[in-house]
Amino acid sequence: MSFAASQVANHVTVVTVEGQLIVANRQDLKQVVQDALEAGARKFVFDFTRTAYIDSSGLGALVSISKRVREAGGDLRLAGLNEDLRSLFELTKLDTLFAISDTPAEALAGY
Amino acid sequence: MAALARVLPHAAGDGDRFRIELPSDLARVGDVVDAACACCFGDGLASRRTRFRLCTVLAEAVANAMLYGNHGDPALVVTIDIAIRDHEVILSISDQGDGFDHTAIPLPIGDESVEATRGRGLYMIHRLAEHVAFNERGNTIWITLPRH
Repeated sequence: MSFAASQVANHVTVVTVEGQLIVANRQDLKQVVQDALEAGARKFVFDFTRTAYIDSSGLGALVSISKRVREAGGDLRLAGLNEDLRSLFELTKLDTLFAISDTPAEALAGY
Repeated sequence: MAALARVLPHAAGDGDRFRIELPSDLARVGDVVDAACACCFGDGLASRRTRFRLCTVLAEAVANAMLYGNHGDPALVVTIDIAIRDHEVILSISDQGDGFDHTAIPLPIGDESVEATRGRGLYMIHRLAEHVAFNERGNTIWITLPRH
């Protein structure tokens, strides 16, 4: 499980989540985003294409990161959630909080 | 069992049942979940949805046991018992804490809960599992999931 941040066109930072986002690594993800914010990044796409599962701590971290990004005047979009993860966002109503795209390309096109 | 032994040399089992005892170390949750999933679904018959349900609820329950049951004390142990049956998997996760009243945990389903950064774990377990039960003390949770 790891995270990689890369900047693509239009100054969007894509954060790739590999494996799982859980209690053990949520702080690492927060730090990746914090570092990017401090470097001036404001537009984010989180790519979950290679993510198998997310626990409640991971969801909480996403909520926390979303607040932080919005407070900095930025925007965060989620992409690549498989059907199971998408249903998790729906049952926790987090689909109403986040902008969710089917693919990273689609999320990028929205910026 | 081989997958489990690679990350947990102290795990024990006979193929249909196995027990994992581990200290309250959150860094080990991911490895334990992956290994348990491999043991339960080694026959390759489980759907992605079934694997997702087991991984999610097990990660959730183990983290709860470490954080809230054992209060993060690495000297205290979390015990995971897994029973594999033809059509279902039964998980038992126990901590060494005083237990809690699961009926007193509010459901995070109101609009005001959407921006909460915690409080979804037990709700997720209930929604993803087929059956959930607790012992009287409240320091053991039993979770039943489909196997295929």
